[in-house]
Amino acid sequence: MSTQTLLPDTTASHALPVDRELSSRPSLAETWQQTTAMAWRSVKKMFRNPEQFFDVTLQPLLFTAMFTYIFGGAISGSVADYMPIIIPGILAQTAITTCMAMGTQLREDMDKGVFDRFRSLPIARIAPLAGPALADVIRYVIASTLTIMVGLAMGYRPGGGFFGTLAAWALTIFAAWSLAWIFTWLGTVMRTAQAVQGTAMLIMFPLTFLSNAFVPEDTLPGWLHAFVQVNPVSHVVTAVRDLMNDGSFTAEVGWALLGCTAVVAIFAPLAVRSYSKKI
Amino acid sequence: MNTTPTPPLTATDLAVDASGLVKDFGSFRAVDGIDLQVRRGEVFGVLGPNGAGKTTMLSMLATLLPIDGGSARIFGVDVASSPHQVRQLVGVTGQYASVDENLTAFENLYLFGRLLGLPKAKAKSTGSDLLDRFDLTDAADRRISNFSGGMRRRLDLAASLIARPPLTFLDEPTTGLDPRTRGQMWDTIRELVAQGSTILLTTQYLDEADQLADRIAVIDRGRKVAEGTADELKASVGNSTLQLRLEDRDDTTRAAAVVARVLGEHPVLTPESGGLNIALADANRAADVLIALRESAISISTAAVQQPTLDEVFLAITGHHSDNETEEVA
Repeated sequence: MSTQTLLPDTTASHALPVDRELSSRPSLAETWQQTTAMAWRSVKKMFRNPEQFFDVTLQPLLFTAMFTYIFGGAISGSVADYMPIIIPGILAQTAITTCMAMGTQLREDMDKGVFDRFRSLPIARIAPLAGPALADVIRYVIASTLTIMVGLAMGYRPGGGFFGTLAAWALTIFAAWSLAWIFTWLGTVMRTAQAVQGTAMLIMFPLTFLSNAFVPEDTLPGWLHAFVQVNPVSHVVTAVRDLMNDGSFTAEVGWALLGCTAVVAIFAPLAVRSYSKKI
Repeated sequence: MNTTPTPPLTATDLAVDASGLVKDFGSFRAVDGIDLQVRRGEVFGVLGPNGAGKTTMLSMLATLLPIDGGSARIFGVDVASSPHQVRQLVGVTGQYASVDENLTAFENLYLFGRLLGLPKAKAKSTGSDLLDRFDLTDAADRRISNFSGGMRRRLDLAASLIARPPLTFLDEPTTGLDPRTRGQMWDTIRELVAQGSTILLTTQYLDEADQLADRIAVIDRGRKVAEGTADELKASVGNSTLQLRLEDRDDTTRAAAVVARVLGEHPVLTPESGGLNIALADANRAADVLIALRESAISISTAAVQQPTLDEVFLAITGHHSDNETEEVA
């Protein structure tokens, strides 16, 4: 080894402090390359720990069948009549429960030595957060696809047709990616993965069950009705129903998109801020 | 070892220029007003026991921790106000190898190459290149979780060289390594130095600083207590030491009297019986002592003239031993 040089390029002159211009901040193109590099890392990790796919495969299979058969008769009179209500509801619920894992995983990841290196590199501060979020889209795709397939297998025939269903599928994935930023932020704020997990549950349950995902909202008492109406998940659920059952891009779809974008606009900067400060 | 550049120094000759660095963790002051000046092209060693504040100081210089007081410049760039620029100048090798456990050696280097903006092909070739140069090619496709400590450190060092940083921080590069692997790591670091890198190294091993560093700062409880070359630090303790062991320990008192007669000073009796440590103003006086002992018919089993070890230096400066004397490889 002694005759070789250790540096990749021996023409580099270390007499100068730098042989290149120092940039003051990463450009958009650099940020994108860094984000995709981090996503690549997450995908590698994902396929090496296949248990990360358990929740996104088992949950749609189990929950879709379970909820439909248990509540179908009671809520809508029959299983067939309940499906247009419950399948979009399950889609939204699945989106939230799968994106919840982001926070715990990020927290666990950030405790590892490699994150010190990430933080010491001249890379955009958002890349280590946006990368895993991008890779997680794979899991949302699996979860939402399976949910729709199970619904179809059980006899659900979406009135919106192929394109309505496709749009609903895409909206679910976008919603999951957006809401994941809430949990990403939690991951950067809290000290342990357990704390992130516990808090995420506390957020997830009211968001999904205090919405119109499982029951028509007009059956609820007034005060609850009020909360359900402002719950962003309700808007996503309604939008998904409009797309899947009617194939129509209603105002609800617009509100859902706007709400999801707002979540990203609020929580992504918060997450980046607390990540940059983290010891 | 590098020869250190001769004065006069200007600000741009300094790779690291820190003054009055302070870091508080709650009410605990981990770094308490440290000044540090590292010249370009030198290996600067920061020596201190566990918990002295070495890693904290390095983390502040590497933009990993906010600076609570004082200021620091890397090649003239202010650390607090221009962290992104500083990150382009510094390669960091952590105390606990900061590589990704879930990836293979090659994937790690590829990832860091991509993060640093290399195109895919270049990231691949740089990765293989570095693996080759750090003798890790055989392990290229193995997960890091199966790596030995020495291999991890080498990979870690390789990863911090992808960007060819003009300044490299090595935080305790050999802590926890066995002596043989430590020797290999030292060779690797020396090669890096030979190519003109500036290196700021922390260590709790006194001999490591002695072996690698041009200049050494001794840190204790968040403060810098001494600075200089290894020889200067040793000289500050004074003189060399004649260490004797007598064949018959009953001769100890008589031998001490002989030494006192020859040198005019009383020797220190070492804990093990029959041992004498004799401070010498001039190493040549050792012969006088040995001849006088011979004439008094006191026979010795071993004799050695030694420079003080850095541990003795540390003891003399701080008034307490470093915690790691048992691990020291003399």
